[in-house]
Amino acid sequence: MISTNVENKVDTSKENSEIILELQDVKKYFPIKAGLLQRNVGNVKAVDGISLQIKKGETIGLVGESGCGKSTTGRTIIRLYEPTDGKIIFKGKDITHMSENELRKTVRRDIQMVFQDPFATLNPRKSLRSIIKEPLITHNLYTAKEREEKVKELMETVGLNASFINRYPHEFSGGQRQRIGIARALALNPELIIADEPVSALDVSIQAQVINLMEDLQEEFGLTYIFISHDLSVVRHISDRVGVMYLGKMMELANKEDLYAEPLHPYTQALLSAVPVPKKSGAIKRERIVLKGELPSPSNPPSGCVFHTRCPAATDICRQLVPEFKEVKQGHFVACHLYE
Amino acid sequence: MATLLEVKNLKTYFYKKKTVIPAVDGVDLKINKGETLAIVGESGSGKSITSLSIMKLVPSPAGKIVEGEIILDGKNLVDLSEAEMCKVRGNDISMIFQEPMTSLNPVLTVGEQITEVLMYHQKMSKAESTKKAIEMLEMVGFSRAAELINDYPHRLSGGMRQRVMIAIAMSCNPKLLIADEPTTALDVTIQAQILDLMKDLSHKFDTSILLITHDLGVVSEVADKIVVMYGGQVVEQSPVDDLFDEPLHPYTVGLMNSIPTIEGEIERLQSIEGNVPSPENMPKGCRFAPRCSKAFDRCFAEAPQLKQMGNDRAVRCFLYDDEGAKA
Repeated sequence: MISTNVENKVDTSKENSEIILELQDVKKYFPIKAGLLQRNVGNVKAVDGISLQIKKGETIGLVGESGCGKSTTGRTIIRLYEPTDGKIIFKGKDITHMSENELRKTVRRDIQMVFQDPFATLNPRKSLRSIIKEPLITHNLYTAKEREEKVKELMETVGLNASFINRYPHEFSGGQRQRIGIARALALNPELIIADEPVSALDVSIQAQVINLMEDLQEEFGLTYIFISHDLSVVRHISDRVGVMYLGKMMELANKEDLYAEPLHPYTQALLSAVPVPKKSGAIKRERIVLKGELPSPSNPPSGCVFHTRCPAATDICRQLVPEFKEVKQGHFVACHLYE
Repeated sequence: MATLLEVKNLKTYFYKKKTVIPAVDGVDLKINKGETLAIVGESGSGKSITSLSIMKLVPSPAGKIVEGEIILDGKNLVDLSEAEMCKVRGNDISMIFQEPMTSLNPVLTVGEQITEVLMYHQKMSKAESTKKAIEMLEMVGFSRAAELINDYPHRLSGGMRQRVMIAIAMSCNPKLLIADEPTTALDVTIQAQILDLMKDLSHKFDTSILLITHDLGVVSEVADKIVVMYGGQVVEQSPVDDLFDEPLHPYTVGLMNSIPTIEGEIERLQSIEGNVPSPENMPKGCRFAPRCSKAFDRCFAEAPQLKQMGNDRAVRCFLYDDEGAKA
C-alpha cells in the first residue's frame, strides 16, 4: 500500500514534544583562497556557532538580512555543505560526519528542501511526471505503476490537477511551480522540510495560497518546518518560534508572540521597527529605529558582539566580549550584554 | 495644488506577430507638485509599462503608445520627438530602477556616472560637475563622498548603489522622480534608510514622486495617493489613509487580506484564488471577475467603468454602481 506510510505519520501530534533536530554550535566557514598556490588567507564565517533544538511538528522561522547565514544554516543541516565544526543530531543520530551513502539511505529521505526560485529549481526539459517521480526512483521506492499513482496523488495533494502530469514547467505560473517544488519535496514522506524563501519570488496574492498550502500540509502530515525568510511578517504568520540571525550568529530566539511583542535584542528591535506596515489613519505611529551603516563583511566580523558597530546601545564591553547566547526568560534566548 | 503630470486615457499596446497585447489599457493619473503617488499592482498589472510610457521608453518596435496624452507641465510628451524627449528625460523626469547593479555601468566610476548626466543636461564643465557630484553624494548620505567618486559600482553594497542611483536621478533637480520598485531588492533596514532619504529629498526639492511597488507597507510609509492597477487598468484610486481605512474594490480588499502583518494576528490568510490573467488573454467583462468572490452575472458580461466616488476616490466595480447595488 502506498498510503500506509503517510497514515503512520498523521498520528504524531504537535503535543508530542520529541526533539527531531538538534544543532550544537554548528559552524560553516568558507575558505578564501588567494595567490598562485591558492593558499587559505581567511574564512568567510557564514555560520558561526548556531545552537538550536527543533521539536517535532513545530515551525521554526529563521530571519535576517542577506548575508546573515540563514540559508547556509539550512543547507548545512541537510549536509549540502559540510559543517566546519559542531554537531548536527537528527532523530537522536549524529549526522555531522555521516557518509554520503548512509545519508542517502536514511536522512535524505526524512529531510527535504523547498527552494526560493521556482523557475531555477525545476528542470525545464522534464515533465512534471519525471520531476516528481525522480526522488522515488533515486530511492528505489515502489513499482513503476505505484509510482505513477503516487505522483498523481501528490499533485492532487498540493492542489495541482493530475491531468497536468505530462506538462513541462514553463507552462505553469510561479505559484504553481512552487506547488510542484513542494510536491517533489513531499514525495518521500519527509519529516522535516527546510523551506528557503519559498514565497519570496511570488506575487502577494499568490504568496497567501502557498503559505496556506504549507500550513494545511503540516497539519495533514505532521511535518516539521524550518522556514527561512527575510520577510518578518510572513515568518510571524507561519512560525511557532522565530530565530533572528545576524552575521552568522543567532541573536535572539523565542516564541513568536514574545519575540514580536517584546523583542529584547537591539537588532531585533531595529529590524522589526524597519518593516513598513500598512496602517489605518488612526493608527499610532511606531517609532522607527534606523540603523546606521551597512552589514559588515562576514570574512572580517567585528570583535566582541558582531552587532556593536551598528548598535545604538553599544558600550565598551560589547566591543571586547562576545555575549553569551542564553535564556533570559522562559524560552526566550538572547545574545546581548544588556541582559547580563 | 498645481498639477504636474496628468496622464489621460493612456493605452500602450504590444504587437506580437498577429496578436495585440494591451499591457496598459486606458490609464488615468494625476500627480500634483511635491506629491507622492504610488502605483500598486502585481506582476502583469501594467504598472511598469505605465511608468516606461511616461518616460517614452517603451520597448520599440514591439510596443507602442497607441492612444492618450501624457501632459507634463502643460506639454504633451506623446507628441514630442525623440530629440526633444531626451531633454525631458534627466532634466524634468528621472527614474530609478529596482536592481541598482544592472542600472549602473560597471566599467565607469561612480563619479563619471554622475558627472556624465550633469555635463550632458546642464552643460557643466568637468570641474563644476565633479564638485556637484560630490555634493549630491553627500546629500544622499555618503560621508566620504570625495573618495567614493573614484570607486566602481561593484565595490558598493546594494543600499549604497541605490543611493548612488538616487544621486544621479536627483542631480538635475527633476520635477518628477519615477521610482520603480526602488527598495524591493534591499534588506528591510536598508529599505528604511532609502525610504527616509526619498521622503527627505522630495520635501527639500519639492519633487513629485511616482512610486511603483507591490508592497502596501511601503506605500503607507511614503505615498500621499495610491492607484491600484489590475490587468492594465486602474481599479481603484484614493488618498492613502482612506484606502487603508476602507478599501473599496474587492481586489484591493483581497490584496490587503492576503498579506500577513507584523502586528496583527491573522489565523488564516485569505488568498485570492487563481492567477493574475495574462494580458493576451484578458477575461471579458470585469478583468478581476474570475477571481472575485463578489462577482455576479453582470461582471462577466460587461466591463465596468472607473466611477468617481467623491473625496478624490474612484473605483472600477459594479458593486458601487447604482444599478449594480440593486442587482
